[in-house]
Amino acid sequence: MLEIRVHGRGGQGGVIASKILAYAFAMEGKYVQAFPEFGVERRGAPVTAFIRVSEGKINIRSKIYEPQHLIVLEPTLLGAIDITEGLKDGGFIVINTKKRPDELNLKVKNSKIATVDATGIALKYRLGSSASPIVNTAILGGFAKATGFVKIESIVEAIKKEVPIKPEENAQAAIEAYNSTLM
Amino acid sequence: MSEQKVIMGNHALSYGAVTSRVQVVAAYPITPQTQVVELLSEMCADGTLDAEFIKVESEHSAMAASIGASAAGARAFTATSSQGLALMHEMLHWAVGARLPIVMGNINRSMAPPWTIWSEQTDSLSQRDTGWLQIYASSNQEVYDSVLIAYKVAENKKVSLPVMIVLDAFFLSHTSENVNLIDQKDADRYLKPYNPEFKLDIKNPHTFGGLTTADWYMELRYKIQKAMEDSIDVIKEAHKEFKDLFGREYGLVETYKCEDADTILVAIATAASTAKEVIDELRKEGKKVGLLRIRFFRPFPFDDVKKNLKNSKKVIVLDRNLSPGNGGIVYQEVKSALYNEPVKPKVYGYIAGLGGRDITVDTIKKLFEDAQKSEPAEVKWMEVKI
Repeated sequence: MLEIRVHGRGGQGGVIASKILAYAFAMEGKYVQAFPEFGVERRGAPVTAFIRVSEGKINIRSKIYEPQHLIVLEPTLLGAIDITEGLKDGGFIVINTKKRPDELNLKVKNSKIATVDATGIALKYRLGSSASPIVNTAILGGFAKATGFVKIESIVEAIKKEVPIKPEENAQAAIEAYNSTLM
Repeated sequence: MSEQKVIMGNHALSYGAVTSRVQVVAAYPITPQTQVVELLSEMCADGTLDAEFIKVESEHSAMAASIGASAAGARAFTATSSQGLALMHEMLHWAVGARLPIVMGNINRSMAPPWTIWSEQTDSLSQRDTGWLQIYASSNQEVYDSVLIAYKVAENKKVSLPVMIVLDAFFLSHTSENVNLIDQKDADRYLKPYNPEFKLDIKNPHTFGGLTTADWYMELRYKIQKAMEDSIDVIKEAHKEFKDLFGREYGLVETYKCEDADTILVAIATAASTAKEVIDELRKEGKKVGLLRIRFFRPFPFDDVKKNLKNSKKVIVLDRNLSPGNGGIVYQEVKSALYNEPVKPKVYGYIAGLGGRDITVDTIKKLFEDAQKSEPAEVKWMEVKI
């Protein structure tokens, strides 16, 4: 079973990202769960969302405390909270940043780090406003490329079905991120 | 043909109402239920659902409007949570006495104060004596399917009682997962239009629910009890027909590895789903453990509970609810169901997960560990910090 945690700030679309990603996996025949941190969300405040993916039915219905993989929508969170809390070894960390993975100095043991400039891509496709671009679809392209767990075609199809505004541009953003992810 | 979506439990309720072709939705928003009626109001507005959406000023009015609609012969749906359900209390009795097959979703949320929005079943279990049938779901697919099953049972003449579909706040309500939606044509074969024998009709005026003396009131209550008892077979039929048409199987209870178990955990809702993981782990260690999930809490499935538990040595009841001064509500009922059995297991009652505190695999493992080494108590608290 895959257990993935998404970190973002309120308003960036982290919760929606978790649903789109779950949907993409479901289209490939997987069983999925996607849920937000069970709290009260505020714009700008740190937000987490979670995804489980399994070949069989998922019975466990408690929260995820030890994810293996991380998706980070907001580079400023790296200094603000401990994104690696409870992180299991051997997974992937996909981060929205202009920096290369080796420039980040993240203190993780055996996680593979991938970076993608999701903010730059979101701005290019005019997703959200220039002050607060919506980076949630672009980062999923980066996740597909870095992990190979899910096809970019499934991400694109899920975006087109789940995103009500600018679905085509969001899909293009994911594809561009897929093609520009650094590991 | 069916379509698979990835939707949250709240929307599973909404889609269930759409597939059931509800005609009137009267509701008031409350976290964590709001999304249920938000989606329904959108669907009423864009024509996806051909229903009257009534905005009301309180939950009491939401149930009153549902009662009016149902009495006039419409298929009525509403949803609420916690304080909202408590405010409906008077009208919940009315819906039962008037024998109206309303279906309502209730998202389990702890009662205030202090203010809280997280999961606990004390809100719906406080309404157990109103005469509503109660279904406790453990997956979003079950939530969706249960709406159709609920109308099928509620509208059966032998039953004519309202049904509450109960789901844990956040653990189901806000968790998205795979849900197969039933094609409308197939759903229409399962659930026929509601056509009551008696209804409010301006062309043929009647009074319902007028003053009734001791001459007949008791007989009407007797008939409600009888309807509850008869509903057991109606539910079984509704489940069988559902399985024949759509392939998914439900029971009054769900059993998991109970056959040869000497220790059986009893739980409702999502905690029972997580418990399957624990059963699998303990079975790998060679322990004879099983799970009984009570799906229908009203009518209480006495036969299924007794049949599955009476040959075990220990029964552990996990309650995410509390009747202060007594203990867990499911515990009380399970214990009373076993009391007249000539040979009966010891029954342990545990409270866990109040106010939405997570019930994890570890929490449930601790119940088995404690029951293995201790004697039963009326109430034991798990993971309390004081």
